[in-house]
Amino acid sequence: MNVRGNAADRIGEYARRGLLAFVRGLIQAVLAMGVNLPLMILTILSFAFIPLGIGLVMVPIVLTTVRGVANQQRLWASEWSEVRIPVPYRARPENGDRFFPRLRWLLTDPATWRDLLWLVINVPLGFVLGVLAGSAVLYGLEGVLVAPWLAQITDYGWGPFWPLGDYGVIGIAGSIVLGAGLACVGAPLGMAILKGHALFSQSLLAPTRTVLAERVEHLAETRSDTVDVSAAELRRIERDLHDGAQARLVALSMNIGLAEEMMKHDPETARTLMAEARASSGKALVELRDLVRGIHPPVLAERGLDGAVQALALSLPLPIDVRTDVRGRADAPVESAAYFAVAEILANVVKHSGAARAWIQMEHTGDRLVTIVGDDGTGGADPRNGSGLRGIERRLAAFDGTMAVTSPLGGPTVVTMELPCALSSPKTLPSSGTG
Amino acid sequence: MRVVIAEDLALLRDGLIRLLEAFGFEVVEAVDNGPSLARALAAHRPDVAVVDVRLPPTFTDEGLKAALEARKENPGLPVLVLSQHVEQLYARELLSDSSGGIGYLLKDRVSDVAQFVDAVRRVAAGGTALDPDVVAQLLTRHAREEPLQALTPREREVLGLMAEGRSNAAIAAALFVTEKAISKHTNNIFGKLGLPQSEDDNRRVLAVLAYLGG
Repeated sequence: MNVRGNAADRIGEYARRGLLAFVRGLIQAVLAMGVNLPLMILTILSFAFIPLGIGLVMVPIVLTTVRGVANQQRLWASEWSEVRIPVPYRARPENGDRFFPRLRWLLTDPATWRDLLWLVINVPLGFVLGVLAGSAVLYGLEGVLVAPWLAQITDYGWGPFWPLGDYGVIGIAGSIVLGAGLACVGAPLGMAILKGHALFSQSLLAPTRTVLAERVEHLAETRSDTVDVSAAELRRIERDLHDGAQARLVALSMNIGLAEEMMKHDPETARTLMAEARASSGKALVELRDLVRGIHPPVLAERGLDGAVQALALSLPLPIDVRTDVRGRADAPVESAAYFAVAEILANVVKHSGAARAWIQMEHTGDRLVTIVGDDGTGGADPRNGSGLRGIERRLAAFDGTMAVTSPLGGPTVVTMELPCALSSPKTLPSSGTG
Repeated sequence: MRVVIAEDLALLRDGLIRLLEAFGFEVVEAVDNGPSLARALAAHRPDVAVVDVRLPPTFTDEGLKAALEARKENPGLPVLVLSQHVEQLYARELLSDSSGGIGYLLKDRVSDVAQFVDAVRRVAAGGTALDPDVVAQLLTRHAREEPLQALTPREREVLGLMAEGRSNAAIAAALFVTEKAISKHTNNIFGKLGLPQSEDDNRRVLAVLAYLGG
């Protein structure tokens, strides 16, 4: 019974694979003829119409559609044949929603042209491979079940696919044996043909070395930005310490020295000097505290992003609704980047937006930290206007993070930031129970 | 008065011990990490504990956590928390059980010895000692709101000192006026904010903080 069950399972599995190969092959064939071919013609037409002007409008639309089709093929290749084809396109530029920058972005990307090459070759190749993959099992089954027998009943005869009718019994036996053989290997054969098609697609649709080169360029750029920023930051810290706390400590030790001298013959002046010394040390402490807050806020070290953002929200003079779902701690540099980004945005909210309320939503899902900061102010914030937003963008870019701002005039302003990062498990503090 | 001190920097720990002993406190134990603090609080049940927020082994908010935990076991256990920086978030957590006996001060405040010792005594007696920085932030946070707008500048000053946890006598001394003048101000403040009057200093402070913290 067990053996029979297994056999039935295996046949079922085989039939499933055969059916899958049939459906997928059919989809590929239909895509090649029904989508690729018209799209190819449209592409040629749109380029031909560029001198007429209408082509300029058509090109971006057609190319975007081609990208959609290519992306669908990438998806199928990985889902059906486990052939991974990463998306190779360049990042959309900042002004990518305007017409000419968008056109430039599409036309200068080598991946666009490789997409088009794929589109053209895939018309015949996708059709033929699709039909082959889809019909392998079906063809075998026809050889066994239909061709030898139908001739007796209908005018269809042996049909065009099994031209063995003239060979009598040998023809019948031949078609059954060959058909059965084909039906048996049809499913894996169909899958193999689909995989072959996926590999062909990969050869044209996957990123080439230029993408790596672009990645290197991006990294070099963000690194030099980061180095510049941290150098400027160090310079600022040095100046703050030099003119601030350090100078105050000098004054302090001077006052104390003087007071020591005065102690015997003028205790009253000594007392005044000591009071001055104390005030001076207090000011030095305040300056150091502000400085430390600017370098790495203590509350961030103590409570992580979650607590630090809540503390930040509480310290500002408007009600801020905070929702966080960050279980665990990110790496310190990432935490710091995310924290200062939020702090900068909230500072903008307080200074410029005229908002009565603001809200923060921070969530770690998958491998990204998504932070959304919104306010009900007057809007009109623009990262291109050299405000602090540009600095945040640069700070985030060092971690491959991104920022998007929507801020129509009249508000509301919503800033969305994404930072790829992993979380370590939450730190468990030793229990402080009785002992 | 028996005190437990928790501070990991030896220099500051010794300074605190010396300072408190000079003012007649008995330092029953001085520890330098979170777990020892939890143990010391349970073992000695001190009249007041002076605790640094950041302690080993994690160097995060170990001291604060230990203090909050101890107060859960032993409600109203007087704790004065010291820190290099003050956060509304921590103040809120410390005050959340509203059973009094809480202090939260910047470490800088130790330099004003008389005021600091007064704060320790106040906390030990079940009162409150909140850092002026925390209070200032609370007040600016609510500054735009209607009832606070209705206060005169003097009344706002008195409200701030009251929120720090000071008694009428102390406020009067700080502002160089009579206690009678201060109690007139406090009556006005409570009237304008719509808070119930209370003769009990501690309860009065908690009402003000609940109003500002809410």
